[in-house]
Amino acid sequence: MSGESVYQREVYGKTLVELGRENKNIVVLDADLSGSTRTALFAREFPERFFNFGVAEQNMMAAAAGLASCGKIVFASTFAMFATGRAWDQVRNCICYSNMDVKIVATHAGITVGPDGATHQALEDIALMRVIPNMRVFVPADGPQTRDAVMAALHLPGPVYIRLGRDKVPSHAHPAAFVPGVAETMADGTDIAVFACGIMVRHALEARQTLLQEGIQCAVINIHTIKPIDQAAIILAVQRVKGVVICEEHSVIGGLGGAVEEVLAGCGYPVKIARIGVHSRFGQSGSPADLLKEYRLAPADIAVEARQLLTS
Amino acid sequence: MQINELETKARQVRRLIVQMLEKAGSGHPGGSLSSADIMSVLFFHVLRHDARRPRDPNRDRFHLSKGHCCPVWYAVLSECGYFPQEELWNLRRLGAMLQGHPDTHVPGVDVASGSLGQGLSVALGMSLAAKIDARTYRVYCLLGDGEIQEGNVWEAAMAAAHYRCDNLCAVLDYNGFQIDGRVEEVMNIEPIADKWRAFGWHTVVVDGHSIQQLVDAFAKVKGVGGKPSMIIAKTVKGKAVSFMEHVVDFHGRVPTKEEAARALQELSDER
Repeated sequence: MSGESVYQREVYGKTLVELGRENKNIVVLDADLSGSTRTALFAREFPERFFNFGVAEQNMMAAAAGLASCGKIVFASTFAMFATGRAWDQVRNCICYSNMDVKIVATHAGITVGPDGATHQALEDIALMRVIPNMRVFVPADGPQTRDAVMAALHLPGPVYIRLGRDKVPSHAHPAAFVPGVAETMADGTDIAVFACGIMVRHALEARQTLLQEGIQCAVINIHTIKPIDQAAIILAVQRVKGVVICEEHSVIGGLGGAVEEVLAGCGYPVKIARIGVHSRFGQSGSPADLLKEYRLAPADIAVEARQLLTS
Repeated sequence: MQINELETKARQVRRLIVQMLEKAGSGHPGGSLSSADIMSVLFFHVLRHDARRPRDPNRDRFHLSKGHCCPVWYAVLSECGYFPQEELWNLRRLGAMLQGHPDTHVPGVDVASGSLGQGLSVALGMSLAAKIDARTYRVYCLLGDGEIQEGNVWEAAMAAAHYRCDNLCAVLDYNGFQIDGRVEEVMNIEPIADKWRAFGWHTVVVDGHSIQQLVDAFAKVKGVGGKPSMIIAKTVKGKAVSFMEHVVDFHGRVPTKEEAARALQELSDER
């Protein structure tokens, strides 16, 4: 089911170098985390088009808007917590309001940041970015999809937020090419539809295998674009099943779940929904595996919710 | 432009500020009037720009970090021919091009402004873009004195010096007042010239209402290499309208019809 495990951020850094060779207009910014976000790969190749802002994310985001106003395509990277939390006002007022060509590629999102604990585990970033007009939000599921998302962002005028994790993730066999705003059906099923993004796509596929042995058929839909969300795919999927499980490594408030429920609330189709995500809690230190269990984000937790939907 | 022509222009800019704010019914006259001389010198003398080509990649850039004082920006832009003067009379109305804080729908405005403390970073980005492309344009940025209490300003100050942005010139409109009162009482910013110097900026202090001093300062800092420049312009809030000068209330209160008429009389060229 899954292929080689890679760091999404490693893929990001390499993709930047590749794009930087072809497109001289690309400028990359970081805030003292270029080793972690892997923008250092670009910095090494194109030092004249890379700027380290030090530990100053607000300055980086507003300066990104200034660079973009002069025709540059700017990739700005740091950890998801600081890109979206610390610099939210700059992202909203300088980048998005002026519809600037700034691609915010944030790494270390979610609980699987692990031992660094709550201050570094962004569980609100999708909500914070999705709410801003003009902003698009991509949450690629693995390395290959990260490459596709970065490429797609380059060719879309205006701001984009791309959410990446810290850990290595196994690569999927993707049934479809990455098209922004078009959900990817990873597997079909008639009992439960699982909507997932990021690492939760893999968890959903693992849960699907478990449930198959019990005769439960799950569709798994990778909602790699949270905004604009694929309303048609969501509505089509729920009409074929008896229940929906939404899975995200993010707060259940305002993220993928919020976005899917906004679609479902408006479509008038009655369906039971279970939510896998962080329920208004802060994270904490621990190994990624332990944290996934503690916060009920593991494949087994998805299977529990699916079974419950079919029996309740 | 000659000094006396610039003085005449500044009076016209002040008249437009008073007129548009009286019509709008809300807005920020105090800081618009205090920066009218700085903005007139910039737009009618210093900046290399052409209203017919607002997207010219080689144009000098200007960014207003204290976005609430956009009436002065709108006034100089319309005087330069970026858009017809009639637009000024729709300021702050639903659907108007001229919003209460400036955005990119206005020809001549490259990035929106309004949330304080971010503009110097925007200008820094413009300055870095010039360096990458080896373009010779210069970047100017006007900041408010209350505004520089924002931490983001000092992040930008540090970075502009680090990257030796000698194509960047900031101006501080030091009128001494912010909404809640005197800057020194709300949150003291002194010793302000020392702070900019300590951050690695070439720093000069001028009378922000002396056209001659402003013209000279802008000419001089052009020749400064290896570091950004800060012109601290000592100004008077509400300058040139007697009953608005030094009155904190006029930070965010517009003149009534009667007050506007009196102000226009004081700002007349035939006095």
